Amino acid sequence: MNLNRRSLFKLAAAAGTAGVVGAAATSSASVPPASKDARGVLVDTTRCVGCRACEAACAEANALAGPEKPGDDTVFASRRATSPTAYTVVQKGTAKSAAGDDRYAKSQCMHCVTPACASGCVVKALEKTPEGPVVYHKDRCLGCRYCMIVCPFGVPKYEFSSATPLVKKCTFCAERQARGLAPACTDVCPSGALKFGKRADLLEEAKTRIYTNPGTYVHKIYGEDEAGGTSWLYISDVPFESLRLPDGIEKKSYPEMADGALSAVPFVITLWPPLLMGMYTFSKRREEVAAAEGNEKQEEGHV
Amino acid sequence: MSERPLTPAFLESPFVKEKVLLGMPLRTYVKSLFTPWNAIAAAILLAGIPTLVFRFWRGLGAVSNLSQTNPWGIWVAFDIVCGVALAAGGYTVACAVYIFGQKDYRPILRPAILTGFLGYALVVFGLIVDLGQPWRLPYQFFLTPGTTAVMYEVGWCVMLYLMVLGLEFLPAALEWLGLVKVRRLLGSLTIGIIVLGVTLSTLHQSSLGAFFLMTPGKLHPLWYSPFLPIFFFVSSISAGIGMVIVESAISHRAFHDQLDPAAPVDLDKITLGLAKGGAVVLFAYFFIRLQGLVASGRFDLLATGWGAWYLFEMLGFVLLPSLLFALAARRHSARLARAAGLLTVLGVILNRFNVSLIAFNWNVADRYVPSAGEVITSLTIVTIGVLVFRWIVNRMPVVHEHPDWRGAH
Repeated sequence: MNLNRRSLFKLAAAAGTAGVVGAAATSSASVPPASKDARGVLVDTTRCVGCRACEAACAEANALAGPEKPGDDTVFASRRATSPTAYTVVQKGTAKSAAGDDRYAKSQCMHCVTPACASGCVVKALEKTPEGPVVYHKDRCLGCRYCMIVCPFGVPKYEFSSATPLVKKCTFCAERQARGLAPACTDVCPSGALKFGKRADLLEEAKTRIYTNPGTYVHKIYGEDEAGGTSWLYISDVPFESLRLPDGIEKKSYPEMADGALSAVPFVITLWPPLLMGMYTFSKRREEVAAAEGNEKQEEGHV
Repeated sequence: MSERPLTPAFLESPFVKEKVLLGMPLRTYVKSLFTPWNAIAAAILLAGIPTLVFRFWRGLGAVSNLSQTNPWGIWVAFDIVCGVALAAGGYTVACAVYIFGQKDYRPILRPAILTGFLGYALVVFGLIVDLGQPWRLPYQFFLTPGTTAVMYEVGWCVMLYLMVLGLEFLPAALEWLGLVKVRRLLGSLTIGIIVLGVTLSTLHQSSLGAFFLMTPGKLHPLWYSPFLPIFFFVSSISAGIGMVIVESAISHRAFHDQLDPAAPVDLDKITLGLAKGGAVVLFAYFFIRLQGLVASGRFDLLATGWGAWYLFEMLGFVLLPSLLFALAARRHSARLARAAGLLTVLGVILNRFNVSLIAFNWNVADRYVPSAGEVITSLTIVTIGVLVFRWIVNRMPVVHEHPDWRGAH
C-alpha cells in the first residue's frame, strides 16, 4: 500500500516535470540586450519639409503599392496611419514653428531596444536583431495578433482580407543594412531630416543639436526612454503630441512588465505538486482514522 | 429474400443498438431527435457552418469586424478568455474531491470534468478559428518556440491540460465500453493526474491575465494591474464553482432519466456546500481587486463613467454574489445559491470581456462591435459543446455511477 502510494507520487512528479519542462524555461520575458553598435535613425523634425520622398522610397524598397496620392498635400488633412501596404507615413503636425513653418513627422516601426512584440511572440516570428532592426519571419507567423495587442506604438498591421494573412510593418531595411546600405527612407531624404547611424552616436548628436541651438528645440529626445528606448529617435521644436507621435508611452521596458508573472512559473511547477500531494496525504489519513474509529465504536457497541 | 432489411447490418449489432442508439431501433431513434431544442441547434449550425467555411476561404476580415486598431474581438474574448475561465469547474471540483477529500461532491465530479474537457476542446477550436494561419500551431512546440512569451507557457499548459482532462474523463468512456483492465490501470493513476491538472490550471488560468501585463495605456487603469495574473487565477476558482452549480442544476433537470434511483443524490446539499466555498472565494477576490485599486491609487477615476462601469462589475457581480452565497448557506436556500452561482458566472464573463475587449482600447475613437458572423460563429461553438455533452451524458456513466464501479477512483 505504502509502496503503491510512493510510486504514485513519483509518477506524478515525473509527469509534472517532463510535461512542463518547456514552460519552466519561461522565467523571463526579456530579450537579450542590443549590441553597442546597434543602428538607429535620428529624425530632426525641424528639417522635415513633408515631401514624402521617404514613403515612395519605402514602397519601392519593399515592393509595395506606391504612396497615397504622391505630391498631393491634401493627404495631410486627416490623421494618417501605416497599413499593410504602407510601412511609413508622414503626418502633418497640428502646431507650427516659431517662424510659422509647418511641422511634419514620419511614423514607422520604432524598433524598440527591448520590443514587446518580439518578447510576446510565441513562435519567434518577430525577432530583435543585435544590429537594431526588429525583423519578421513570415514563414513562422501563426497570426495570433498578440504583437498588435502589446505594441505601445500601434505599429504591426495585419492582412485581414487575406486567407493566408501576414503581419506587415517597417523592416528597418534589415536586408539593405546587411549589404552595407542605409535604409531606403534615410537614403532618399533630401532635407537631412533623417540621419542613419549608431543609436549611441545619434543620442549624442541629438543632445549636441539641442544644446548648441539654445531656445530652438524642446528639451527631450522622443525614443530615448520611451518603452525602454527605441532605435528611432525624434527631436522637435514643437510639442511632440502635436506631431501625432503616440503619447503616454511608459518609460520602461515593456517585456519587463511580464517578468514577475513569468518568474512565478518555475515555482508553481516545483511547489504545487508536493503541496497538493501533502494535502492529499492529510485528507487520506483523516479518512483512515475516521474509518478506524468508526470500527472501534461498532466493536464497543457489541461489547 | 424479399424480407431483406433496409438498414445496414452494423446498425443491427447489439453494440450499436445498445450503446449508440440507446436501445431503440434506428427509425425510433431518429424520430426521437425531432425536438424544439434540436431545431434551434440545427438552425444555429446551419448558419454557423457556412460562416466558418467563408471565414477560412476569404480570411478573417470577410466575416469579422476586426480592424488594425482592434485586432482581437469576441473570438478571443469569449471563445478563448471566457472559455478557459468557464471550464475551470473541472480542476476546482477534482481538487476538492481528491486533494481535500470532500467525497460528498463525487456526484458532480464527472459532469464537471466533462464540461471542462469539452470547454477546453472548444477553446482550441475557437483558437483555430481566430488564428490567421492555424495550421502553424505546432510551430510553438517544435520548430521555433518563443520561450520568452506568456503565450508559450499558456500554449503548453492548455495542450497538456486538455490531455489531462481527457485522461480524467476516460474512465467514464472505458466503463461505457466495458474495458475493465485499462479502466483499473487508469484508476491507479488518478491522484497523479489530478495533481498535474491542478498545477497546469494554476499556471495557465493566471497566465491568461498575464497576457495584458504589457498593455498599460491600452487597458483602462481601473482594470490594468500588475496583479492581473492573481485576479485571473482567483476568479477562475469562483468561475469553476459558479459553473458547477449552474451546470449541475441544469443537468439534474435535463438528464433526470439518467439519475440512478438506487443512489439518490442530494443536489441541494452539494449546492449549499459549494455556496460556502463560493462566498469565501468571491470575498477574497473582491478584496484583492480592491488591493489592486489601492496600489494603482486611481480613486479619482471612480467618479468617471468608466468608474461607474467598474463599480457595476465589482459590486454587482463580485460583492453581491459573494453575499448572496453566504446568505444562501445560512438560510439553507439552494435556490438562492443557484441564483448567486449564475450571477458569479455572468460576473466572470463580464470581467473577461472588460479586460480583453470593453476597457481595452478604451481611449481610441474606433471602438469594436462584433459582427453577426462573429456572433453566429461563437454561438455555433457553444452549440457544438452542448450537443456533444448531451450525446455523452445520455450514453456514458456521467451523472450516475456505473453499477460495477461504484465509489472507485
